[in-house]
Amino acid sequence: MTNPIKDIEKSDAILIIGSNTTENHPVLSSYVKRAKTFKGTKLLVIDPRRVPIVRHADLWLRLKPGTDVACINGMMHVILDERLYDEEYVRSRTTGFDMLKKVMERYTPEYVEGITGIPKEQLVEAARIYGKAGAASILYAMGITQHTTGTDNVKSLANLAMLCGNVGIEGGGVNPLRGQNNVQGACDMGALPNVYTGYQKVTDDSVRAHMERAWGVDKLPKDAGLPVTDMMQKALEGEVKALYVIGENPMVSDPDLTHAKKCLENLDFLIVQDIFMTETAQMADVVLPSASFAEKDGTFTNTERKVQRVRKALHPPGEAKEDGEIIRELSERMGYPMKYDNAESIMREISEVTPSYCGINYDRLEREEIHWPCTGTDHPGTPCLHMDRFTCGLGVFHAIEYAPPAEVPDEEYPLYLTTGRVLYQFHTRSMTMKSDGLNVLAPECFVEISVQDAEQYQINEGDAIKVVSRRGEIEARAKISNQAFTGTVFIPFHYADAAANTLTHAALDPVSRIPEYKVCAVKIERA
Amino acid sequence: MITIDGQTFSFEPGETILDVASRNGIFIPTLCYLKGATPTGACRICLVEVDGARNLVASCATPAGIDMVVSTDSPRVVKARRLNLELLLSSGYHNCLVQDMEPDAWTDLQLKGLDRDEHKDICPAYGECRLQAFAVKYGVKTGRFEPKETPYVFENVNPFIARDFSRCILCGRCVQACNEIQVNNAISQGYRGSRSKIVASGDRALKDSDCVFCGECIQACPVGALVPADVVFKGHLRTDEKKVRTTCGYCGVGCQLNLHIYEDKVVRVTGVEQSGPNYGSLCVKGRFGYDFMTHPDRLKTPRIKRNGEFSEATWDEALDFVTDRLRRIKETSGPDSIMILSSARITNEENYLAQKFSRAVIGTNNIDHCARL
Ligand code: SF4
Ligand code: SF4
Repeated sequence: MTNPIKDIEKSDAILIIGSNTTENHPVLSSYVKRAKTFKGTKLLVIDPRRVPIVRHADLWLRLKPGTDVACINGMMHVILDERLYDEEYVRSRTTGFDMLKKVMERYTPEYVEGITGIPKEQLVEAARIYGKAGAASILYAMGITQHTTGTDNVKSLANLAMLCGNVGIEGGGVNPLRGQNNVQGACDMGALPNVYTGYQKVTDDSVRAHMERAWGVDKLPKDAGLPVTDMMQKALEGEVKALYVIGENPMVSDPDLTHAKKCLENLDFLIVQDIFMTETAQMADVVLPSASFAEKDGTFTNTERKVQRVRKALHPPGEAKEDGEIIRELSERMGYPMKYDNAESIMREISEVTPSYCGINYDRLEREEIHWPCTGTDHPGTPCLHMDRFTCGLGVFHAIEYAPPAEVPDEEYPLYLTTGRVLYQFHTRSMTMKSDGLNVLAPECFVEISVQDAEQYQINEGDAIKVVSRRGEIEARAKISNQAFTGTVFIPFHYADAAANTLTHAALDPVSRIPEYKVCAVKIERA
Repeated sequence: MITIDGQTFSFEPGETILDVASRNGIFIPTLCYLKGATPTGACRICLVEVDGARNLVASCATPAGIDMVVSTDSPRVVKARRLNLELLLSSGYHNCLVQDMEPDAWTDLQLKGLDRDEHKDICPAYGECRLQAFAVKYGVKTGRFEPKETPYVFENVNPFIARDFSRCILCGRCVQACNEIQVNNAISQGYRGSRSKIVASGDRALKDSDCVFCGECIQACPVGALVPADVVFKGHLRTDEKKVRTTCGYCGVGCQLNLHIYEDKVVRVTGVEQSGPNYGSLCVKGRFGYDFMTHPDRLKTPRIKRNGEFSEATWDEALDFVTDRLRRIKETSGPDSIMILSSARITNEENYLAQKFSRAVIGTNNIDHCARL
C-alpha cells in the first residue's frame, strides 16, 4: 500500500476494485465501513460480483470480468472531459499527460458500456464521485492483478490516482491489499527471482559485489532466475530438475492443476517442507516437518509495509523444526555454515544489507510501529509513500489500451468462470480445514450462479453440477445467489477435492507473470 | 481548564470528562464505555460528581467544560456506584461472588442457576470479568436484591460464540462493537423492560443472522455473557493462561493478537487493543482459526519416499539425503536446474535465509514464492 491502513478513514472517497474486502481483509474492511457510515466518505465498488461490501456502497459498477482497463479509462475520459482532474499536480509532478489524454479520447461512456456492460450514466457518476473528492483512496486486490492484463490494470489505477492528485497525500493512494500474511515481507526479503532484499537488482554489478562481500562468497549468479509460473513449464521440459517447496501448496493454488501435476511429476527431486501433509507434500520425495508461526520468533511485514513481531508461543510438535533452522542445517551440510544466535541477529544482517530496512531492529519494534522505507535508526519510517516526489522523480502516465482476456466465452464454453476466496477458509485450506468450526460454516466447494442462469440451466439450489473448461472438470453444488452476474459463475479455489484450479487458465501477464485466475470460459451441466 | 480531583487540566473541545481523566491517569471505572464508539451511558458506573450539578453525571457522555470541578471518587459517587453494581449483580446468575458467601445465604434461584448444565463450572469470565473486579474493589456482594430469572435460554448452536443471557448486564457494549467498530450490524438492543435482550436480526440465533463471527462482541463483553464456545466448559481459570503477543498468520492486514496458552495449547485468541492496524479487532480466522496449530495431523517427523511409499526418517537421514541429491543435481545439471519456492507463510528472517541459501549456496536466482498465486 502507498498509504497506511488508518488513512482509509481520512479519505473523502474510496474506490474498491477487484477486492472482496469484507471476506478477504475483514479487519481492513471495517475501516472502509466506518468511513462510509460515520465519516460521510463516498464508497464506490467496481466488481463483477455483488461482493458483500457492495451493501455499503454509494455506487456499484458491475463490469464484465477482465474489462477493468476499459472501465478505468472511461472514468478518466469523463474526468478529463469535465476537467475534474488536478491540473497543478499533473503539471508539477507527472509526465506523459498529453499521450494519456489522447488515448483516453476514445473511451467515451458509450464505448465503454459496449465493452464492460456498465450503463454509461453510472460510469459518469462514478467518475464524478472519484474526481470531485478531496482525497480519494483506491483499494485493490487479486481481482486486479490476476489477469493477463494485470500489470495494465495496476498502471491504469495509478493513472487515475495521479490524474486526480491522489498519490502522496493523506487519505489517498493506490493500495494493493496483500492476500497472505507475509507476501509483502517475502518480496522485501528477495524471495523473488530478480532481486535481493529491498528490491536491489541481481543484475546490478555493484549490488551483486556488495552482496558477495556481505555473504563472503565469490560469485553470485548474474542472471535473473525463473518466476514460479515459468518454472512449472521448465520442469516439464526437464530444465528444472529439483524443487524445494517451503510452506506452499501449488497442487491446489496453481492454475491448470492437471498441467501443474504433470510438471511436478517430471521433477527428479521434490522436497516439501510444511506443517501438514498437503496435496503437494504427497508428491514429494522428502517431506520435512516445520513449525507454524506460533512456534517461532521473527517478523512479518503487512500490507501497509509495517514490520511486526512474531513471537514464539508454543513448542513445535514432535521433531518439527523452524523453517529457518532447517535451511541453516541444509546450508551447513552443503558447506556454507549460517551462524546466527536467533531471529534478531538475522534481522541485524538484513538491516545491514537492505537500505529500506536499515533502521529496523527488534528493540525499536518493541516500542514503535515502523513502516519501511526506514533508512536509519533515527528515521521514523514511511507510512505514506511518494509524499513530495516519486521515487524516480516525476510520476509517469502510461496510456493503456483495453485488451480482452486470454479466454472469453464462446459457443462451446458459454460462461465466464471467476475464482476467489470465502470468509471462513484460507487459501489452499491446509490450516483452516483443521478447524471444525470453520468447516461447519464453510463445509464444501460450491458454484455460485445467478438466478437467471439457474433458470436457464434448470438448476436448483444445492444440485450437484459439473463445471467443465478446456483443461478439466469438477463437480460441486450449486449456490444460487444474487451475488453472481448472469453469464458468470464463481467458485472458491480452497477445496482440493473440487479444485477450481483444475479449470483455470495458466495464461500469464507478460510482465508480472501472474496467471489469469479471474477469467476463463466454462460450461455447466447437471451432474 | 477543568479541575478533576483537585488537579487542573487543559482539554480539547469535544473531549469528555472521562477522556480528560484517563489521558491524565485518573481512573474512572467503566463497563459500557467503548473507545471509538458513541457513548451510551447505559451502565451508570462511570458516574462522577460535578460541582453545582444536582445529579451525578456519566463521565463518558458528559463533555468537559470550562471551570468545571469534578470529583471522581467522592462518598456520594462511591455510594451510587455500589448501588449500581449491586443492581447489575442481581440482574442474573452472577454466581462468582455468591460462591464466597455462606451457603444459607444463597437464594433458591441462584442454586437453580448452578444446576443448569452450562453453569456447573465457575463462570468462564472469572478473573477477567470487569463487573466482578469492580464488585471486589467496591466491596459489593449480592443478596440484597432478588435476582430476576432471565426468560432467554443459553445459545450455543454455532461453533464459536456462546451467548449466556443470564449473565448479560445489557450494557450494550457488544452492540456498539458490532455496529460502530466492525460495522457488521448483526446485533441490536431488542424488547423493553424486563424482557430486554440483545438480539440478532430480529431475535434469531447468531448463525442465522448477519453475524460473521468476528468475535468483536466477545472481546467487548465486560462480563461472562459472550464467551468463546471453546472455553465455556474448560476447567482452567483465565488467570492461569500465558499470553503471547504476535501477528496473525492469515491475511496481509497483519492484525496484532494475543495467543492465550494453557498447557502448551492455544485456548483462545484476543486482539491487541493498544496498537494498529486492528486496535483489538480480529476476524473469524484470526480469532477462531487456531485449531491447526496443535492438530494431531501436524507433521512431526521427516519422511522419505522409497518405492512410492513414505517412511519416517531421522533428521540426519533426511537432511543427508536432501544434501546428497541436491549436490549431485547441481554437479550434473548446474545450479539453475534447482528451484526454491519460498513462502509468504514464513517470517522475513526465514525468507532472507531461503534466498541466501538459493543464491550463495546453490548458486541460482531461481527463487520465488506465491505472491503471484
Ligand atoms: S461476532 Fe462480530 S458480527 Fe457477530 S454479533 Fe459479534 S460483533 Fe457482530
Ligand atoms: S485477524 Fe483476520 S483480518 Fe486480521 S490479519 Fe488475521 S485474517 Fe487478516
